[in-house]
Amino acid sequence: MITLTKVSKLFRTGKGSSDTIKAVNNVNVEINKGEIFGIIGYSGAGKSTLIRMLNGLETPTEGSVVVADKEISKIKGAKLRKARQEISMIFQHFNLLWSRTVQENISFPLEIAGVSKNERIKRVNELIKLVGLEGREKAYPSQLSGGQKQRVGIARALANNPKVLLCDEATSALDPQTTDSILELLVDINKRLGLTIVLITHEMHVIRKICHRVAVMENGQVVEQGPVLEVFKNPKEQMTKRFVQQVTEPEETKETMEHLLERYPAGKVIQLTFVGDHAESPLITKLVRNFELDVNIVQGKISQTRSGSYGTLFIHLDGNEDEMLRAIEFIKAQHVGVEVMTHA
Amino acid sequence: MLEELLPNVYWEDIIEATKETLYMTSISVLATFFIGILLGLVLFLTGKGNMWENRVINSIMSAIVNIFRSIPFLILIVLLIPFTKLLVGSMIGENAALPALIIGAAPFYARMVEIGLREIDKGVIEAAKSMGAKTSTIIWKVLLPESMPALISGITVTSIALVGYTAMAGVIGAGGLGNLAYLDGYQRNHNDVTLVATIVILIIVFIIQIIGDVITSKLDKR
Repeated sequence: MITLTKVSKLFRTGKGSSDTIKAVNNVNVEINKGEIFGIIGYSGAGKSTLIRMLNGLETPTEGSVVVADKEISKIKGAKLRKARQEISMIFQHFNLLWSRTVQENISFPLEIAGVSKNERIKRVNELIKLVGLEGREKAYPSQLSGGQKQRVGIARALANNPKVLLCDEATSALDPQTTDSILELLVDINKRLGLTIVLITHEMHVIRKICHRVAVMENGQVVEQGPVLEVFKNPKEQMTKRFVQQVTEPEETKETMEHLLERYPAGKVIQLTFVGDHAESPLITKLVRNFELDVNIVQGKISQTRSGSYGTLFIHLDGNEDEMLRAIEFIKAQHVGVEVMTHA
Repeated sequence: MLEELLPNVYWEDIIEATKETLYMTSISVLATFFIGILLGLVLFLTGKGNMWENRVINSIMSAIVNIFRSIPFLILIVLLIPFTKLLVGSMIGENAALPALIIGAAPFYARMVEIGLREIDKGVIEAAKSMGAKTSTIIWKVLLPESMPALISGITVTSIALVGYTAMAGVIGAGGLGNLAYLDGYQRNHNDVTLVATIVILIIVFIIQIIGDVITSKLDKR
């Protein structure tokens, strides 16, 4: 559905030939139809520029961008405008027209597409139901909450039955609860309408919750990409590890660790990493039954991704040294990651 | 009793002069509104980072607007006498004041329009583009409606300035309350006429301000 080939974007920062910033650097990405694809990176990583090239709001300096069989990086004028009706976008700050009511805002892209008035009214009503805004049709954006505004944004984006939905930090201005409800809505329309969704974010939580695949961006480059669970299981790059930690490690892990190691000078504190099906196996029960050890659960967290769960668990083992080593071998044999914690 | 207090005031004259002032003001406000929006749009759209970005046109427009905004109105009328004669055929009467009024006020209003347009959230324009909107659609359905409160409050301020300009134009023969106050009030030393003319002008200004405020607050849904 979307193919980015060797895409780069240079921004001039001054008059000299060397006064440029490479916002996007040689990016190759392939996004399949019906997929929810996440691009994660900190601000300045180039993800905003990248997503804007997908609907021609930015043009690449090099490389080609093909969306729904149209080479967005080459077409201009009326052709580009027509193509944009199939690639809609939602925004961090919603970007609604304050001078229009909810229904008039949703009607706007239909007016642009030249849909007749009767058709528009019908379509707007459908969309209002789809995003759950019944009863708020006549409200102005200033009378809505952030989550409701984003719902209007989504309804507006879906008005012309697009093939691709681009989400530019769509949940970053929302509180955690509202974020979840908007993410659920996105998953729902992805399933129901078979829409391809590309989203950029700096929150791993968003990737974990709804994405099938993820690309990690740093300094304009995609440093790692793959299925979400794969990336969670096996983060290769330092940047990816940091993002994965956002969701898998309980907060203040480091401080807690120091505290634990001081509190339990005897025995070992072990970090277990579970991925996929193994995350739900009764490992601890087996451990207690099969080994002469004291097992103490310290803390843990399991996160759900679209294709399975991922979790970390910290346990404290105490007993015979050999028994502990055998226990660790046993855990490894269960396809569970093991790391013995030491003082940092 | 009124006759004793205001011995030199002929109400027919006042009414006639008020009509002339209202005529000059309303025509020039209307013309200023449209010309100013047009100029303001060009200034905005040719500005940096906008749809018709063009440094040459923008600098030329900007210079013209600044020059006409800076010329004191009384001098502008005098400067425009040949142009007015060509256009209206005379330099006396209400119509003769119109070219100077419009040329004096439109650049002033154009700047206000430009400022109003610049205050529109860039994201909203980007959103319209991402939906495949043409520039004309963006102008009619985004730029003008989203800046309408600023455009209205701007034209309110400009209208009030124009009432003042009509009075100045009156001094050199354009008619209206300014003309009456100057010829009858000042030249013939009829202070009561000057007072009445002033009060009528104040009433006009207050009415314009109230209308402007009401419309602005009605339109503003932010």
